[in-house]
Amino acid sequence: MTLEMLVASSIAILTAAGVYLVLRGRTFPVVLGLAFLSYAINLFLFAMGRLVVNRPPIYDKAAEAYTDPLPQALVLTAIVIAFGMTAFVVVLALRTFLETGSDHVDGREDAEAGS
Amino acid sequence: MTAFVPWLIAAAVVLPAVMGAGILLALRHRLDASRVASLASCLTLVLIAAALVVEASGGGITSYELGDWPAPFGIVLVLDRLSAMMLLLTSVLALVVMVYAASTGIDRKGWHFHPLFQFQLLGLNGAFLTGDLFNLFVFFEVLLIASYGLLLHGQGPLRLKAGVQYVVINLVGSTLFLIGVGLLYGVTGTLNMADLAVRVAAAPPADHGLIAASALVLAVVFGLKAAVAPLHFWLPGAYAASTGAVAALFAVMTKVGAYALIRTGTLIFGADAGPLAFLTGPWLLPAALATAAIGFIGLFAARALREMAAWAVVGSMGVLLAAIAVFRVEAMGPALYYLLHSTLAGAALFLVVDLIAARRGAHRDALTVAPRFRQCELLSGLFFLAAIAVAGLPPLSGFVGKLLILDGVRAAPGAAWIWATVLVTTLLAVLAFARAGSRLFWRSAEVGGEIEMRALRGPVAGPAAAAALLAALVALTVLGGPVSAYTGAAAAQLFAPQTYVEAVLGGTAGGVR
Repeated sequence: MTLEMLVASSIAILTAAGVYLVLRGRTFPVVLGLAFLSYAINLFLFAMGRLVVNRPPIYDKAAEAYTDPLPQALVLTAIVIAFGMTAFVVVLALRTFLETGSDHVDGREDAEAGS
Repeated sequence: MTAFVPWLIAAAVVLPAVMGAGILLALRHRLDASRVASLASCLTLVLIAAALVVEASGGGITSYELGDWPAPFGIVLVLDRLSAMMLLLTSVLALVVMVYAASTGIDRKGWHFHPLFQFQLLGLNGAFLTGDLFNLFVFFEVLLIASYGLLLHGQGPLRLKAGVQYVVINLVGSTLFLIGVGLLYGVTGTLNMADLAVRVAAAPPADHGLIAASALVLAVVFGLKAAVAPLHFWLPGAYAASTGAVAALFAVMTKVGAYALIRTGTLIFGADAGPLAFLTGPWLLPAALATAAIGFIGLFAARALREMAAWAVVGSMGVLLAAIAVFRVEAMGPALYYLLHSTLAGAALFLVVDLIAARRGAHRDALTVAPRFRQCELLSGLFFLAAIAVAGLPPLSGFVGKLLILDGVRAAPGAAWIWATVLVTTLLAVLAFARAGSRLFWRSAEVGGEIEMRALRGPVAGPAAAAALLAALVALTVLGGPVSAYTGAAAAQLFAPQTYVEAVLGGTAGGVR
C-alpha cells in the first residue's frame, strides 16, 4: 500500500465518520462530527501540497528539493479556527441544553427513544 | 487624494479591528463611552467608504500589498468599483443600525455588543476587499464568529436553539470552503485570486475536472451564505430569533455570499477560463428561481412579522441571484443595483418590525388583531413604505431594480423563467404584505383601547433610524440614474478581469513560475 493510498483512505474514513455524526440528532455527536470533519480537512489541505518525504519546507543551502510550506501554514490557520469554533460550539450546546432542557439540535425530543 | 488611497483601504479593515479590541479592553464597563466609540468608528467608516467610492468611480483598480510582500506571494487588498460599493453599503447600514441599537438600548441586554459589532464590520470589510482566496476564508470566519455572538445577544431559549443550528451549519460550510480552496490550490499552486484567474485560464484540460469540482464546491459554500434553496433553511429561524437590530445588520450578511459568487464567478472562473467559463451559472439559476419562489411563498406561512421579514430576505436573494446567475454584463449592473436596494429594504423592514413588536406588549410581532399601540400611525406608515420597498412596487427603488433586472436578462437563456418568477413572486409579496398590514393596522383599528406600555426607549431615535433607511431607498430611487450608471460600470469592470489581474500582479503576467 502506497503512502498516498494510506493518506487518502484516512481522509475518507475521517470524512465519512464526520458526515455521519454531523447528521445525528443530538448536539454531542454533532460536535464530535464537526471535530472529525476538521481533522479530515486538515489532512486534506496538508496533502494538497503533495506528499513529500524528508524535504525541508524552508530555504536550506544543502537541500536539492523542497516540500511546499504554504499548506502547512494554511493547516495551522485552519487548526486554530477549528479549535476555537469547537470550544465555542461545546459551550453553546451546553448552554442550550441547560436553558431548553433538550440536547436535540432541533430542540424537540423524539417520540421514540434513540438517536 | 490618490496617494492616500492605499492607506484608506487598509484603514477600512484596521479601524474596526482596533476599535473592537479597544472597546473590549478599555471601555468594557462603560456603556456610554463604548457607544460613542462605536458610533465614531461607524461614522469614520462611512467617510472612508465614501472616499473610496469616489476614488473607484474613476475606473482605476488599487491594490494594497500587506507588509509590502509582492503579489502573488503576499496577501493583497484590492479596491475596485464593486468592493467600494459594498464597503459604502455596509458602513451606511452599520451606522444606522448602531444608532438604532444604542437609542433603543439593545446593546445593554448582554455583554460585548459593541466589540462584536466592530469585529463584524472587520470581517465584512475584509471579505469585500481581500484579493486572496484563503484570506477570504479567514475574513468569512471573522464575520461568522462575530455574527454568532451578535445572534445570541440577549439570549433566551429560542435564540440559543436557533444559534446552535446557525453555528453548526456554518461550521460545515467552512469545512466545504476549505475543501474548495484546497482543491484549487492543489491544482494551480496559488491562492491569489488574480493569479488564480491567470492559471485557471492556462490550465491543461486534464485539470479541468478538479477545477470545476472546486468551483462548484465554492459555489455551494457561497450559496449557503446567500441562503440559496435548498440551503436556505437556516435563515428564517436564525434571523427571526435574533434581535431586530442584529437581523437588520445581517441583511448584508447574505450579500457577502452573493458578492463572493460574483467575484469568483467573474474573476477566477470568468470569460477567459475557456470551457470552465461561468460554469456555476447553469446550476445557480434554477436554484435562485426556486429561492425566490420559496421565499415569497414562505411569507404566507409566517405567523409573525419577524418571520415575514426573514422570508422576504430569502425571496429577494432569489431575485438577486437569478440576475447574477445569467453572468451577463447587462444583467450584472441591475443585479448590483438591486443588491443595494434589497439590503437596505430588508434592514428597514426588520427595524420597523422590531419597533412594532416593542410597542405591542404581549402581542409582540404576532400577526394577530390587537388594540392600537403607541405611535400606531407613524409605524403603520413606515411599515407601508418598507413593505412597498421589499415587494418591489413603484415608486421606490425595488421597482426600478426589478425593472432593470427584467430588462437586463432579456437576451439570456431562461429569460422567460426569470420574468415569470420575478413577476409572480412580486404579486405574492404584495398579497402577503397587504394581508399582514390589514390585519395589524386596519382590523386592529376597530378594536378599542390602547396597549399599555412602560416608558419606551428611544421613542424618536428608533423610528428615525428606520426612516433613515427608507430615506436611503428614496435617494436610491431619485438618484437611480447615477447609481445604475455606477453599478453598470462596476459590472463592466467585473467582466473585464484583465485590468484587475494587471492591477494586482503588475506587468509580470501573473508570476508564472
